[in-house]
Formats: sequence, C-alpha cells, structure tokens
Amino acid sequence: MNKGMRWGLLIFILPVLVWLLLLIVLPQVDMAVMAIRADNEWGEKGFSLANFRVFFSEPIYWRTFARTAVFSVLVTFLTFLITMPVAFYITKVVSSRFQGFLTVLTLLPFWVSELVRVYGWMILLRESGVINHFLIKSGILNKPVELLYNDATMVMGLVYTSMLFMLVPLLSVLENLDNNLIEAAYDLGGNVWSITTKIIIPYCLPGIVSGSIVVFMLTLGNYLTPNLMGGKNGLWFTEQIYNQFIASFNWNQGSAFGFLLLILSSAIIWIGLKLTHQSLGKVVQ
Amino acid sequence: MAKKSIGLFITIIIGFSFLSTAVWAETLELLTWKGYAPTVLVDKFKAETGIEVKVTFTNNEEMIAKLRATRGAGFDLAQPSQDRISSVQAEYKIYQPIDFSKINGDQIITTMLDAVKKNTTVDGVAHAVPFCWGTDGLVVNKKLAPAAADYTDLLNPAYKGRVSYRLKRPTLIALAFATGNDPFAKYSDPVAYKALMEKIGQEMIDKKDLVQNYWTNGDALLQSMRANEIYVAMAWDNGGWKLHEENPDIDFVAPKSGAMGWIDTFAIPAKAKNTEAAYKWINFMLKPENAAVFTNLEKTGTASKGAIQLADAKVKAHFERCFSDADINNIKWYPPVPDKLEAMEGMILDKVKASK
Repeated sequence: MNKGMRWGLLIFILPVLVWLLLLIVLPQVDMAVMAIRADNEWGEKGFSLANFRVFFSEPIYWRTFARTAVFSVLVTFLTFLITMPVAFYITKVVSSRFQGFLTVLTLLPFWVSELVRVYGWMILLRESGVINHFLIKSGILNKPVELLYNDATMVMGLVYTSMLFMLVPLLSVLENLDNNLIEAAYDLGGNVWSITTKIIIPYCLPGIVSGSIVVFMLTLGNYLTPNLMGGKNGLWFTEQIYNQFIASFNWNQGSAFGFLLLILSSAIIWIGLKLTHQSLGKVVQ
Repeated sequence: MAKKSIGLFITIIIGFSFLSTAVWAETLELLTWKGYAPTVLVDKFKAETGIEVKVTFTNNEEMIAKLRATRGAGFDLAQPSQDRISSVQAEYKIYQPIDFSKINGDQIITTMLDAVKKNTTVDGVAHAVPFCWGTDGLVVNKKLAPAAADYTDLLNPAYKGRVSYRLKRPTLIALAFATGNDPFAKYSDPVAYKALMEKIGQEMIDKKDLVQNYWTNGDALLQSMRANEIYVAMAWDNGGWKLHEENPDIDFVAPKSGAMGWIDTFAIPAKAKNTEAAYKWINFMLKPENAAVFTNLEKTGTASKGAIQLADAKVKAHFERCFSDADINNIKWYPPVPDKLEAMEGMILDKVKASK
C-alpha cells in the first residue's frame, strides 16, 4: 500500500471512527459508570453494586426480564414459521413477473411508522373496533369482546412488526437455492417434509439465523408494541428501563438494567449461533 | 452563459440564507403540555412580537428527564407542575430564578402567585410563575355508572372491565385519601408513607382485573369513554367537560374524598438561550384576553386576574355544576414532593403493572 492510499483510507475511515466513538462507545462508557454508582447511606454517590443487587433481590425485575426474553424467542420463532412459506412462495412458486410485485406488497406496510401500524391494529381490535363490529353484525357474537390488552395480541403485534426483517434475508438466500436440488430430491423419493428439513432449511440456515438475530434484537428492544397492545398486562423490560429513567429519576438503576439487557441479548444470540453451528461473521454477510 | 448561471446560483443561495435568517430570527423553545400553546395564540404572539414559538409536548416526568439530560439546556421555557419543582431544583439545578421585575404581576391572581412562589422557593429564590390550574377527579358515564362518586369506585367490582386510571403517583395518592388516610401529612415520614403506599399498591394489584387499561394518553382515554368502553375513569376535569359537551351523560365528578388540585407553572430552564422571549410569552399568556382564549379551548382556569369574566359562560357553568362550595374547600392541593418519594412510588407502580 502506498502512502497516498493510506491517507485516503484514513480520511474515509475517520468519520466512521468518530461516529463510533461519540455515539456508541462514549455513551456506553457513561452508562457503565452510572450503572456501578449508587447513593450510599449518606445520600452521596459512590461505587456500589447495589443497582445489580436490586435486580436480583426484587422478583418483579428479573421476572419481567425472563418474561421479555421468553416472549422474544417465541416471537422470533413464530415470525420464522410465518415468513418461511411466504418467502418460498415468492421466490420459487410464483412466476418471476409477480415476484417484484409481491415483495413490494410485503414492504408496503413498513412505509408508515410503527406507531401508526400499532394504532391501526388497535382500531381493528378494540372493543368498539372493526372486527368486533363485524362479528356482531354477522351474528357470530352477541356482545363485543375485548381483543386488546393480552399476551396473545401483543405477540401478534410483535410478529407483525418484525416480519419484514425475517423476510428479506430469507428471500435472498432462497433466491440462490438451485431448483434442481429440490427436483432431484423428489426424483429420489423425498417428500415435502424431508425436503424441507434436509435441503431447504439447512441451505437457508445463514439467512434464517441472520433474520432471527435482527428480529430477536428488535423485539427485545421494542417499547411501543408491548406497551400499547399489551396494555395493562404487557410489562416489557424496556419499559422498566424507561420507568427508572423517567418516572423514578433513578438513572443509575436504569443504566444497570440497560446493561443487563445488553448482556442478555448477547448471551441468547451466542447460544443461538452455537446451537445452529453458525459463525457471526458468516451470518452478517 | 455559464458565468451568468453561477451568478444566479450565488444570488439564490444568498437570498435563501437571508430568508432563512429572517424566518429563524427569533424563536422560543417551549416545553409544555398538550393544549397549553394553542395555535391561535402562537400566531397572535408571532404577529405581536415577531417571535416564533416552537412547541414540544410532554408531561411532568419527561420534562424533568429532558432538562436533566441537558442540565437545563435546549428549551427557553418549561411548564412543570408546582409541586414537582423544588426537590428537582435542589438536586439537579435545572431551572433559573424568576426575575419578578420582568413579570407583570398585576395581571396574576395574588394568592396563587404567592402560593407558587412559596412552593418553588429553593435557596431563598422562587423558580416559577403560576399559569393554570385544575383538578384530577372522576370522569363518569352517569347513565352506565350512576353511583360512582369517589375514587374507591375505581376498585368497585360493579364496574369490572369498565375502569381506567393512570399508573402514576396521583392515583396512589387519590386512593390513599379515599381510604381515609392523608398521604400529604405523611410526606415528611418516608417509612409511614411507604407502608401506606404499599397497602394501596396491594389493593390495586388485587383489583387489577377490574381495570380495562391503564391510560397514558388523554385523547385515547376520551375516545374510550365516547365509545362506552369505559364508565369510570380517574382523569382531569377539563377532559370530563369536553366530553360533557358532546354527550351529556358523561361528566366530571368531584370525588367525595376531594378532587386533587394541581397548578401548572412557567419555569425557565437554567441554560435557556432566549429568556427575554420567555418572559414575553409568560406575560402574553397571562394577559386576560389571551388567558380567556386558552380557557375556552381547554376548559382550564388560569392564574390570570379577570380572565374568567372574559371566558365563555359555558366554562363557568361547567365549574359551577361540578363543584359545590364544599367541593371547592375539599380540593387537596399538592404540596411540594420531597426527594426520593418518586423512586419508591415508581417501584410500587411497577409491581402493579407486573402483577397478573
């Protein structure tokens, strides 16, 4: 590498480094420092692990934490189950003329913000909403039921919100899957089940894992959907972080919770990668 | 030809930059509640002073968090409630003292000005000017829940699935009053206060299945009441009156154990850039004819002397219909919140939300 190129590289990489340092590294360091500081008996701030101790000693915090993790894994799995056939249909079944059109159709809802989409669902599902109105008019129900504010609705909302992020990587891996492989498998006596589990899924694994990572992270860090659609029962760990910062003015506790969430998501992704024998470097390509 | 177009280009650029400096000449960054800066008044203020008001809507907690994050920068004027100023100011120093020589005190109701001055005094100087006041009580659909008269009806099994309130400190305090306690008297005794609030929190957990939802957005609550999804809610009087004008069955009810009285203020953040504009806006908003416009729109009384005579008779009628003299005397005004109570209340409210 000659000298000119090295300078060029430096100039181009500098904004990235400054960006990383100012917007990612420094705030994280600040959070880390805040997380290990707490009021002592005299009301002065000093080094303490009290913030982490509170997390383990108060059942509501670690229960919400566990609940958030379990639901995020569930949402990721459900999203995969729903998007896989859709992706397969778009890339392999439908004629190539419609592929672009169908892909745009799946993208369309994501042109509006998440808030608008969630409110859209709320208009459909609320007690005086569209679905209840339809059910009563058609005589299926004689009294409206509350469809909002429970875990099932919340999971549905989260799946809906994150579908796109699973679909795109799946489309790109399926695009590269050679149709002859599937044909050959049929010739050799394979059925739908064995072809799906032995050929399609192993081939798509990098796409599945990268989609799952994105969906999992987005779900774990989501605030709006659990809060609005889960309603009175939808406590999510992000909301507890928000409460610590905003309602209780306890930034130290909030920072500690933030760090725990970061550790949790990293750990679950690491386990996921190990289980599927994928490497992070390959998956994010 | 090329030279000409470059010249034109430069002229346009210069023109635009002049234009933009003209447009952005003077602005007032206002951090306030929804409805506190009506468009009519913002336009009128701009016509009178040339200052453009840029409004950010928020609530008490976020207001404090936003100003704390920047150590009081980014906004020229904020509108916290009077009870949420002194302890926050003592700890984080996010406001600056009010220069009362710049405030037109003649147009402010004296008793309210004095009360707010007293409650927001830190290190011997006052940090806020009163703007408007109202109460928190019950908004009831009288056709569907004719008997609802006190906060205890929020925990009444008769209204199962038809009740809504906020998971915020006013709910805890109101329920404490309704069960015969005086939480304000316990402000100075954190241990007794905590025991009381934990009892109230447990009560809320036991009765959680009665709640339709914990509301966070006033407009969404009003929508649910319009649709008859909610019969009894703890909410602000002005929301009840807005609904009453649409549907006479729904009205505000001053609870038997006392409506909770609040005063929202003007406070200037510590690092405000344009304090002159802030003082101008304060004096502008408290001018009786402008305050009356606000009162008509929001059904909320102000600290402006004489504004109520200029307001619609309808607003006055609402107040007189819902508040007897006894109800007025029974209003529980929030005293300044001591430090550290909020963290403890937050924990109790988290437990309520997390419970099944």
